[in-house]
Amino acid sequence: MADLTINLAGIKAPNPFWLASAPPTNTGYQVQRAFEAGWGGAVWKTLGEPIINTSSRFAAVHFNGQRVAGFNNIELITDRPLEVNLKEIYETKKRFPNHAVVASLMVEPKREKWHEIVKRVEDVGVDGLELNFGCPHGMAERGMGAASGQQPDLVEKQTMWAKEAAKTPVIVKLTPNITDITVTARHAVMGGADAISMINTINSLAGVDIHSWNTIPHVGGKGAHGGYCGPAVKPIALNMVAECARHPEIGVPISGIGGISTWQDAVEFMLMGASGVQICTAAMHHGFRIVEEMIDGLNNYLDEKGIESVMELVGKSVQRYSNWGDLDLNYKVVARINTDTCINCNKCHIACEDTSHQCIDMLTGASGNYLEVREEDCVGCNLCSIVCPVDGAIEMVEIASDLNPMSWNDRQRTLARLNAGQTEMEVV
Amino acid sequence: MEQRIPLRSLAPELLARNFAEAEPGLTPKAAVEESNRCLYCYDAPCIKACPTGINIPSFIKRIATSNLKGAATAIMDANPVGASCSRVCPTEILCEGACVLNDASEPIMIGKLQRYATDWAIQNGRPLFKAGTPNGRKVAIVGGGPAGLSAARELARDGFAVTIYEAKPLAGGLDTHGIVSFRLPQSVSLWEVEQVEKLGVTIRTGVKVGTDVPVSDLMDNFDAVVLAAGMGYVPPLGIEGEFLDGVYDAIQLVEGTKSDELPILALSGARVAVIGAGNTAIDAATCSVRLGAENVKIVYRRTKDEMTAYDFEYEFAKQEGVEFSWLTAPSRIIGDENGKVMHLECVRMQLTEPGADGRRTPVPIEGSEFLMPVDAIVTAIGQKRRTGLIEMFGLAHNRGVVQIDTATHVTSNPKVYAAGDIVFGAGQGEAMVVSAAEQGKRCAHAIREHFASAADDESGPEQVAI
Repeated sequence: MADLTINLAGIKAPNPFWLASAPPTNTGYQVQRAFEAGWGGAVWKTLGEPIINTSSRFAAVHFNGQRVAGFNNIELITDRPLEVNLKEIYETKKRFPNHAVVASLMVEPKREKWHEIVKRVEDVGVDGLELNFGCPHGMAERGMGAASGQQPDLVEKQTMWAKEAAKTPVIVKLTPNITDITVTARHAVMGGADAISMINTINSLAGVDIHSWNTIPHVGGKGAHGGYCGPAVKPIALNMVAECARHPEIGVPISGIGGISTWQDAVEFMLMGASGVQICTAAMHHGFRIVEEMIDGLNNYLDEKGIESVMELVGKSVQRYSNWGDLDLNYKVVARINTDTCINCNKCHIACEDTSHQCIDMLTGASGNYLEVREEDCVGCNLCSIVCPVDGAIEMVEIASDLNPMSWNDRQRTLARLNAGQTEMEVV
Repeated sequence: MEQRIPLRSLAPELLARNFAEAEPGLTPKAAVEESNRCLYCYDAPCIKACPTGINIPSFIKRIATSNLKGAATAIMDANPVGASCSRVCPTEILCEGACVLNDASEPIMIGKLQRYATDWAIQNGRPLFKAGTPNGRKVAIVGGGPAGLSAARELARDGFAVTIYEAKPLAGGLDTHGIVSFRLPQSVSLWEVEQVEKLGVTIRTGVKVGTDVPVSDLMDNFDAVVLAAGMGYVPPLGIEGEFLDGVYDAIQLVEGTKSDELPILALSGARVAVIGAGNTAIDAATCSVRLGAENVKIVYRRTKDEMTAYDFEYEFAKQEGVEFSWLTAPSRIIGDENGKVMHLECVRMQLTEPGADGRRTPVPIEGSEFLMPVDAIVTAIGQKRRTGLIEMFGLAHNRGVVQIDTATHVTSNPKVYAAGDIVFGAGQGEAMVVSAAEQGKRCAHAIREHFASAADDESGPEQVAI
């Protein structure tokens, strides 16, 4: 049994699986049920005022018979008074002193408002604060949420205000609805953030009903963009976590959020630099008990790898995440088709023929039709192995290169050096 | 008279092929697709339909997330013979029958997914459970079948020192000896036995309690006894000629195909009549087919509606080419001059009013006797009770069915618990392997509770009055 405890900027939890600030963490009843089920921490549904909500609120994107590939919401922050939430936070923390309880906060961008809310939540014993600069709808119209999260100076200033009053670690939750998340992340750090969390939801419209022509969801026949999350956003979130993790001027712990629905997803986020993860959609789809499968899977994975503590995973793949200009242009892989396991659906052939480099031949031999890659024409794009429905039928194999590794940046530097030499020679 | 070619055994390689597991396991791709189809229901009906209460949605989610160790652990935790059960459970009336997708699309292939996960554990080889800290108590278990193994596994995890007394050379009971290899290879059952042994359980094979070891030894030297000795072979038909050469006991016949020590019956080309229509009769019939029999008939005095074999067993037998002679009762077995079976005399039956068990009673049609030419007859009309052993323990019983408290499985002797086929019958218990496993667990948990409450009374182990 590996050690699953984590420490995120000083906030300790029995395991890396926290519930994100969202509908599952709306009440003490829910958070306590979650802790009973095994969740290691919870970021309370964002406290703030006023209480306004819409009906309906959620929509999901189903993909080829699998439900909830993506999830969209237009719900707002807490729908209960601050006093009630504070009382329940206090009770929850008292019952579960070793679990992480983090208060998500959102107030008007005013110094005294931040001071006041920070003091009030810390008084009831939270382990940390998460500043919600990400909510993409409803609050932004009032200068809060994403409206402040999209302005680096506002992120910095408000983080500073929260930090002035805070005694517990401050996590700044970032919006992905921005060109370069490392900019706002850096400003959060400049404001004194102890950690950053990402991503909040992505602006989205889940769909349009092709019969009624209403948006999905709609509120009395009208729709507005919501926030997108769930498995579909994972690659976007993972990139943002990784970009922040490898940025030399950020350097604070990261709480990874975005489409995490299995223990494997959590491992990926941690390898890419997250010290823990926050989850919402998977819990909304399956209930709190889903964490049992995550804990069991993570534990068995760590045992299998001989890793004693989950924290040893944090950041292990960050150094492998780089810029395109640093990739070795002389590295080569080609596809190889295993005709024994191939089931002859020919999807690889048509994908390559129509949309890639026309290098998979359909041939006929003594025992019938088979597929073969012309390796000299294969560019190693992976497409065939992606569309292949059978595990192991298409393998991407490394081809030894006669050439030394050379990246685009190496190439440009070499050219620059050569050109410089030529100039000198000309001068001479 | 027709000249029959002497019967012989099939070639070893043909036998090996015929007795290899018939149903292939899921491929990794199929397992991923099927596991992702599971809805992960809350308060899932499949869990409630499983006698051992395996957390089925959980183990399936673990398969879907490449956590096969976790999946196997979830299965084996609830059911110590979960690998065997994945193959022999009547899933269509248990978990799969309860699946909410039955009407919406197709039920999840729970049995096959369970097999996929447990096969992984068998191949992986590493133990899934650990023995508990020794608590100083000793428990004797009579019988190393599903009920006994299950009790032993749970007791060992709770720190009891457990000794299983097994009359046969190998433990595993019916899973090892009595279920046809092409449905349940012996290696699967022996793996389950090994899992129990690895927890420090002593299995004394070839030791028959009451014969090789006196009952008093167990009663005197152990803190508790679990009686899980199952049932015996097939009882006599009570008709003329049943001791002729060529009349076989169905259980022994199946056992012979699973053991290296017993000779495999020479049935190649034979005409075989199997008497009875329970699951053992089906097993004997399909075994006969795979031993090379030319024609196999199941002879049953009632109809398809009254037979006790599961539907999937019946379907399987039909696919194997087994014929069914309904409303046909054997009345006499006729042998040739060498005492070898030649004919089964049968009488046609008709059903009348329902009897005490609710099934309609068959009565002979006068003058309908006829002769069925056969080379072998297999009897499968039930199993003998272990009345002698039960009486040696001095336990209350109802015609060989040990009477128990259904919650704790404690018998009329508060030190003796009973589970499995020995408590099945006379309206009590279930005949399934999975039920035996659950009963074994319940015995173990009742024993744990008993000593836990004894400890709460601040009596040391020596002072506990049992």
